[in-house]
Amino acid sequence: MVYAAWAMLALPLLGFLVLLAFGRRLGDPVAGWVGTTAVAGSFVATLVTFGGMLSRHAGGAREISHSIFTWIAVGGLDIKAAILTDPLSMTMALFVTGVSALIHLYSIGYMKGDRDYSKFFVYLNLFVFSMLLLVLGGNLAITFVGWEGVGLCSYWLISFWFERPTAASAGKKAFVYNRIGDFGFLIAMFLIFEKTGTLSYSGIFAHLHALSGAAGTAAVLLLFLAATGKSAQIPLFPWLADAMEGPTPVSALIHAATMVTAGVYLMCRMHPLLGMSHSAQLVVATIGVVTAFVGGTIACTQRDIKKVLAYSTISQLGYMFLAVGVGAYVAAIFLMVAHAFYKGLLFLGAGSVIHGMHDEQDLRKMGGLARFMPITAGTFAVAWFAIAGVPPLAGFFAKGAVLDNTFAAYPVLWVIGIVTALLTAYYLSRLFVLAFTGDPRFIEAVNTRWLSSGSTHSAGADPDSGGRITSGSAGAAGAFSTTGRASEEAGATGGSGMATPGGGSVEEPHGQGSSHGYPSPHESPKVMVIPLLVLAVLALAGGVLELPWHGPDTIRLLSWLHPVFGHYLYTAHLSIASQWILAVVDSLVALSGIYIAWRLWTKAWDRPKLEPSFLFRSWFINEAYDLLIGRPGDRLASFTTAVVEVRVVDGAVNGAAALTRNAGEALRKLQTGFVRQYALGITLGMVALLAWMLVRA
Amino acid sequence: MSPFPFLTTLVLLPAGAALVVAILPSGLGERRRRIAAQVIGLAGALGTLALAATIAVRFNIKDAGYQMVSDHAWARSLGVSWYLGVDGISLFLVLLAALLFPVALVAARTRTNLHSYMAWMLLLEAVCIGSFISLDLILFFVFFEASLVPIYFIITGWGFEKRSAAAMKFFVYTFLGSAFLFVGIVVLALIHQHDTGVLTFSLPVLAHTHMPYYVQVLLFLSFTAAFAVKSPVFPFHTWSPDAYAEAPTGGSVVLAAVMAKMGTYGIIRFDLNLFPKASIDLAPLLLTLGVAGIIYGAIVACTQKDLKRMVAYSSLSHIGFIVLGVFALTSEGMAGGVIQMVNHGLIIAVLFLAIGWIYERTATRDVSRLKGLQKPAPLLAALFTVGMLAAIGLPGLNGFVGEFLILLGTFITHRWWAVVAATGVILAALYMLWAYQQAFHGKPEEEAVKRTKDISWPELLVMAPLVGLVIFLGVYPKPVLDRITPSVERLVQRADRAAGVHQPLLSRKVALPASRLHVQHAAHTPGAAVSGYTGYVGASRLRSFWTASPVGSAGVSSAGVGTGALTSAATGNVQYGWTPYGSSRIRHALPYASLLGIASPFYPGGSADRHLGLVTPLTSHCCVAIAGSDTVR
Repeated sequence: MVYAAWAMLALPLLGFLVLLAFGRRLGDPVAGWVGTTAVAGSFVATLVTFGGMLSRHAGGAREISHSIFTWIAVGGLDIKAAILTDPLSMTMALFVTGVSALIHLYSIGYMKGDRDYSKFFVYLNLFVFSMLLLVLGGNLAITFVGWEGVGLCSYWLISFWFERPTAASAGKKAFVYNRIGDFGFLIAMFLIFEKTGTLSYSGIFAHLHALSGAAGTAAVLLLFLAATGKSAQIPLFPWLADAMEGPTPVSALIHAATMVTAGVYLMCRMHPLLGMSHSAQLVVATIGVVTAFVGGTIACTQRDIKKVLAYSTISQLGYMFLAVGVGAYVAAIFLMVAHAFYKGLLFLGAGSVIHGMHDEQDLRKMGGLARFMPITAGTFAVAWFAIAGVPPLAGFFAKGAVLDNTFAAYPVLWVIGIVTALLTAYYLSRLFVLAFTGDPRFIEAVNTRWLSSGSTHSAGADPDSGGRITSGSAGAAGAFSTTGRASEEAGATGGSGMATPGGGSVEEPHGQGSSHGYPSPHESPKVMVIPLLVLAVLALAGGVLELPWHGPDTIRLLSWLHPVFGHYLYTAHLSIASQWILAVVDSLVALSGIYIAWRLWTKAWDRPKLEPSFLFRSWFINEAYDLLIGRPGDRLASFTTAVVEVRVVDGAVNGAAALTRNAGEALRKLQTGFVRQYALGITLGMVALLAWMLVRA
Repeated sequence: MSPFPFLTTLVLLPAGAALVVAILPSGLGERRRRIAAQVIGLAGALGTLALAATIAVRFNIKDAGYQMVSDHAWARSLGVSWYLGVDGISLFLVLLAALLFPVALVAARTRTNLHSYMAWMLLLEAVCIGSFISLDLILFFVFFEASLVPIYFIITGWGFEKRSAAAMKFFVYTFLGSAFLFVGIVVLALIHQHDTGVLTFSLPVLAHTHMPYYVQVLLFLSFTAAFAVKSPVFPFHTWSPDAYAEAPTGGSVVLAAVMAKMGTYGIIRFDLNLFPKASIDLAPLLLTLGVAGIIYGAIVACTQKDLKRMVAYSSLSHIGFIVLGVFALTSEGMAGGVIQMVNHGLIIAVLFLAIGWIYERTATRDVSRLKGLQKPAPLLAALFTVGMLAAIGLPGLNGFVGEFLILLGTFITHRWWAVVAATGVILAALYMLWAYQQAFHGKPEEEAVKRTKDISWPELLVMAPLVGLVIFLGVYPKPVLDRITPSVERLVQRADRAAGVHQPLLSRKVALPASRLHVQHAAHTPGAAVSGYTGYVGASRLRSFWTASPVGSAGVSSAGVGTGALTSAATGNVQYGWTPYGSSRIRHALPYASLLGIASPFYPGGSADRHLGLVTPLTSHCCVAIAGSDTVR
């Protein structure tokens, strides 16, 4: 079983290496199939491990850690390359490999004809390997390796079409924001090591008492800082929207289903530590629910189909952190898995739309797509109802579990949560209505260019917005503006700016040629449709993982994860009646969100009043970063280089030199051009000395 | 002593090759002389590499001291000897030099005066290696100084536009630094002669020189001045961006990757060995300079338009990390510092080579003109990426191992320095990725960039060992760390001993529930004393303090240990009983203890009595605390 566990890791790594060496030769589509096979094999290995684990007794025997070599060992530090398989990591591994395999399959179709087709799968396989390393790591350091690995792959894949300046900037932005989080991760590791003398999970949990008090709180908050980076929470969320520059399968896999949930996983993994500090837990819960709300509000106003989904992801991740904060870890994992199904499906559906529309991402230029791509529309509808929380789909149970627990713990947070649920139902319905129902708008969009005048935001639409970014930040220290400038520009130009269809300026993702004339939407090929159908089934029925009326002995998430979370289980001690009431409230909220959106958006497709600039531009977070960090940083860097380095540091040296010049004749000569002779002098002197010494020796 | 004089040969081989290449008769004709220079030069460099590899293989992993020593009295009346030895700290620097010189010779195509270029490079290799293995201070100084000459001629002879100014600045600056070093060496030897009547420059002997505390501080400062300029440590760095940028590719590779290490190596080898007490007391100063260098280098790197200058400033940042690790004075930090010297050498070699090739193709290093380079040259971009990611400290590549150990080791003893330094990790990503984006991403606009050829097979072959090592050391640094650690731990212990009562951590750590871990480890592992101790916070500064714990847990009050701890307490040195070698080590340490006991009047804080007064209660408190926590279980 241990070998199967290592095979999970080995197969994607092997796929990565094979594709790295021979990918270009294998080409399209063989390279894609190789990559897909490697990940599918990893999924099978995960199933084998899972089966092996099921056959073991639940009490403790399901936790196996295994190391193959010592990675870093100096003094008291001893980090092993170790994996830990337990119900938690297996749950993660199962859905990570499963969803990854589906999205690999989808990518075979989506990336068809791309110039860097094989490279895409190189990155994707490396990503799966890193993600599994993150999940299966037996200590914080190995998890950190995976953590950084997925960040790197994310960087590469966001800037996959690197000739597009917006894509390049977005990748860098993601990396830098994540680095801020990594800083927290590093310091947390140091603190934990200092207190407990180890970084392995079992070791840390055995010495938790050393982390009581302020140290424990600090460690949790530092790890949470890391989580806010990776999982796009306040204050580090702005990168995720920009990350939509990457190919859509990447958005589905990395920026919706798997990588962004790593922060939640980390928190769950470290849950005994969280249990040490209630104040830290409250911080996590609050940040989570506020992020959920903020993300939801922004999602209501976006016009780019992928950006709606991106902010929706931020919002849903907020729910997961809310669950973590109130101690409902199982609910967090449940929502994570369910979210992977339906958000993966939403993104793949969006990808299918974009594919069919020839790279059109603006909702205002869609409409009526249901009749052109029925399967996409149907599966998309399933995901829509699932995320909205319509019973009995997966989202209803998962989100319900989170909200019920919140209600039991902090009713105030529950209120925010339920409002966000309304927003969720609203924005997803808006998206569906705008994209799939009504009259097709793409034909007119091309023929008459009324779009640019038809709305407040797209007034400054600039098809080549990317060019401005480079020129705009070409100042001395443009590096600092990574924090904000890219998306400020993208925001300023409106949703249509970055998604400019066709045209020579934008790399054609799937090599389908530029969209001359108006797009003729069509259903996607089979390799893309099959993953949609599979995910639709999962999103539809995912709720069975954890149904409230299951008995304690049935196979359900709660009992499966019991060995990990032990007594940190549901905090909900609600009566059956109140649970029913809460369930009804949830359903009503979901349905009213859908109703409102339907009424509003079927009548008119352009409602600027409902898309206030404040929300459309993400509460001006990018502007705030730019103002508070970016520009001062630029100025500081320019000042340092131009003044401190030249006048102070170098100036002191030159001043001292000038001083010595006046001080002595010998030094004066030295300073004014006799260096060459002097060097020669050293050489000759040295030779003479050596010769003399040799003789004497 | 090994029968074959490996180390002496290691110095003489490249020097000999240099001599042969230099005196190639011009009668051969330009073409034949070129070929001969190439063949002989490469053979010499590769022979040196093979020899260095042999040394690494023969290196005894368990021996913390100097190995393969060759010690020949040379100028007896002057006390100078040809005294060479290698230990875990110098071994990998020697290997690094032996690897990078042939790479630099092959990779950087020099068109004019090839034979003199070869000769200077080989001479430089000889003196670099010599400086890493000298155990005689004068011998070291000779090598240290002599290295300036070849690099000066390499920069002025084959460098870029502003080469003369850069070379001059470099030469004068480092030379002035060295003046301090020379004076320091002489003063130290004279003090020793005054005390013992023996004039010697032998490092192990001089390490036991007794001197007043203020003298120790002054000497430490004078040595450090030279090393700080050479490394370069902030704010003594202004020569380096110019020199790195103006030197030819091969020259910048060896200058930044190998020669600069003489400075940081000198700090470890000489400052810590000769002036342990001053090193500890002045550590906050050096730590501050290190952190300042990390942040400052990163900030200035953000604004550079020239790729090579950007890397030069990033190098300042990395040197800051090395200094930080060394002056953390923990095993983790210092081992991290040592391995980071090697890592930095490899990384900067990769980056400089890549930039050199970019320049050869496009005739520019300006990021704004390079725009879009990844499209015509994806492999070159990939190689640069590997170097860049390693420099950023991505786990899985070598840079991370060093940075992680350094920051962790620093965090244990100097928490806030480590926290500030860790922000350098964010900044590194910022300037590196920004530069990468500007140079490689986007659509190529310049004609030269559009026509850029991707790297050729020979170039790939040259780069392969470097990139391979960058990855290997990131994934499996154990072979290197295993060899570094014993020597480093010995040095840290030495600093600990010298610290005496100045043990800031002592009281803070007493409260920790540490011994539980000891007990567990001790129970699991055979040779309990070794891993038993190390289970706890790895700072070996604490190690001795916990002496009683692991051994005690095995057999609660083992008489030998008890005595050892008590005696050392009595002599005013808590630090004696270092456990990894078991209790016998403690008895060994006793003579030392008395030695320092005698010396203690020289330390501030005054007489031995005052030491006793301070130490005894603390020590007994610890012992009681440990004993208590053990008996509870």
